Amino acid sequence: MNERNERIHGVACTFRQVSDVFHAAEQVRDAGWKNWDVHTPFPIHGMDQAMGLPRSPIPRLTLLGGITGFISGCLLTWYMNSYDYPLIVGGKPYWSVIFPFPVIYECTILFAAFGTFFGQFIFNRLPHHHHPLFDLPQFSRVSDDTFMIVLEARDPQFHLDESRNFLLSLGGQEITVIRD
Amino acid sequence: MAHAHDSSSERPAILDRVRPAELPRSPLILNNRGFHWITDKVCTIVEEPTPLWWKVTFAVALFIASFTFVGLGYLVSTGTGAWGLRSPVGWGWAIVNFVFWVGIGHAGTLISAILCLLRQKWRTSINRAAEAMTIFAVCCAGLFPLFHVGRVWFAWWLFPIPNQNGIWPQFRSPLEWDVFAVSTYFTVSTLFWYMGMIPDLGAIRDRATTWWRKAFYSLLAMGWRGGNRQWSNFEMAYLLLAGLSTPLVLSVHTIVSFDFAVSNVPGWHTTIFPPYFVAGAIFSGFAMVLTLMLPLRAIYRLHDVINQYHIDNMCKIILATGTMVGYAYATEFFIAAYSGNSFEKFAFVNRAFGQYAWAYWIMVSCNVITPQLFWFKKVRENHSLVWIICLFVNVGMWFERFVITITSLANDYLPSSWGYYSPTIVDIFTFFGTFGFFSVLFLLFVRFLPMLPMAELKMVAPQADPHAH
Repeated sequence: MNERNERIHGVACTFRQVSDVFHAAEQVRDAGWKNWDVHTPFPIHGMDQAMGLPRSPIPRLTLLGGITGFISGCLLTWYMNSYDYPLIVGGKPYWSVIFPFPVIYECTILFAAFGTFFGQFIFNRLPHHHHPLFDLPQFSRVSDDTFMIVLEARDPQFHLDESRNFLLSLGGQEITVIRD
Repeated sequence: MAHAHDSSSERPAILDRVRPAELPRSPLILNNRGFHWITDKVCTIVEEPTPLWWKVTFAVALFIASFTFVGLGYLVSTGTGAWGLRSPVGWGWAIVNFVFWVGIGHAGTLISAILCLLRQKWRTSINRAAEAMTIFAVCCAGLFPLFHVGRVWFAWWLFPIPNQNGIWPQFRSPLEWDVFAVSTYFTVSTLFWYMGMIPDLGAIRDRATTWWRKAFYSLLAMGWRGGNRQWSNFEMAYLLLAGLSTPLVLSVHTIVSFDFAVSNVPGWHTTIFPPYFVAGAIFSGFAMVLTLMLPLRAIYRLHDVINQYHIDNMCKIILATGTMVGYAYATEFFIAAYSGNSFEKFAFVNRAFGQYAWAYWIMVSCNVITPQLFWFKKVRENHSLVWIICLFVNVGMWFERFVITITSLANDYLPSSWGYYSPTIVDIFTFFGTFGFFSVLFLLFVRFLPMLPMAELKMVAPQADPHAH
């Protein structure tokens, strides 16, 4: 075996019950782990608190997208109907925020949705097609009915045997070492 | 609040002695099905060999869809006169069909966005299919204005793209607002639909046995791993998209109604149009959801996840929105009488008793009278009857748009210019074919994508509660 295959990504441990993985996650959080995750087939209510995760930063990108959309809607309608090719319609002002408001409104929503959608990909680091977890045979059941806690090797607390024992003490069922 | 708190600390609070009654909640998933059952049920639809009914229906749908393409091909090679449009009716079936299909789309977004914000958990069983229905209905809707422009190869002039004449779109026109509203609606609905599907695509990927299936779903699932750090962002993004789609869906049909309301034609120039159109859109959309889901429920034996509770709720929404639509019809009449405007009065009397009275009474009986049957539990429990009533609602809502568009145009201010509009065979072919086009897309969706949102269904299962033990 070459050195690359020997590199360890972390330790994984499976759970069968939602309550088990939930309480295990609380204990991992209390032990002060930083680089770890709970893989579940669906979002478990309250898991963010159980893991001690901060609030997702996506709303910032939504706001940024919304502001961009509003300004681009204003600029678009102003440039086209008032600056580049001024149109006189019923003696009204060339541009105001009122008449193209539906256009500006839709642009605001469109760009805010782009911010949210792409924000989800950016903050989740997706697409990410090659990940050591995909090599685990048990991992294919995580999208079905199994829950998995992964302690990553890059965490300062990580020590192969100790982490393995720690996971065992949490009531995990199957413990596996994930190799990079 | 502070006062109430103080007094309760002195005397024993009455609530300490009264035990609140346990209100039984209808289970969303029957027979205590587990997580694996849900995965298996939904994935099997995609994984099983193509069933015979699917092949037959798909072939029929393709054949019907060809009518649209033949109709449009003839139209483009001949001219929009082939559509039976002539003075005074310059907006015929095309706009009717456009509003009809866009309206159907609205239920999908209502289920996925508004019911999500209202924490209506029963939406999970139907939201994926309803969102797909939205997108495909908007595809069908978009065909009509696209070809109604006449020279379809210039349709891109509607978009803010520089053209050789140096002229830009005119943003004071409600039709231009429509371009932005409908294209934004289509884009945001697609993003919302796709994003919601990523975890489920991951689940199909993880079960895949053949390499092409693995490759196809891996590509679509984007490498989703279901880590809670991902879920945390995912849920936030989902909630935000729901929050963005809610004002969007309300704005889209509002803007569609502006196509009429901003003009000066009697019967169109009313402020009630936006809310009335939105209620009608939700009404027709829910009818279409039931029209599609009841057969699929029977074919795939989804009775445990789409149960009587879901059907009851949808029937009640149809009842509520149908009643709103009926109320709007009455309000229109009242305002016409109250306005003192003789043209407005005439427009409404003419709708009910004029040359298109037959269409008006089809509309009223389908939209106002038939949904009232949903007051009865026996009716809601008889699924064949529910399905038939929903067909009536679909027909009625098509006629509503027909009545609004045609009666006002055919008999406007000057009796000397009045006329009677009839569609041509090209109109009928083109519209008939869109049902095939819609079915082709929907059948492909059912066959290749997760029809029910597995992750969300698991989330509402009782065993998903971490504090249950």
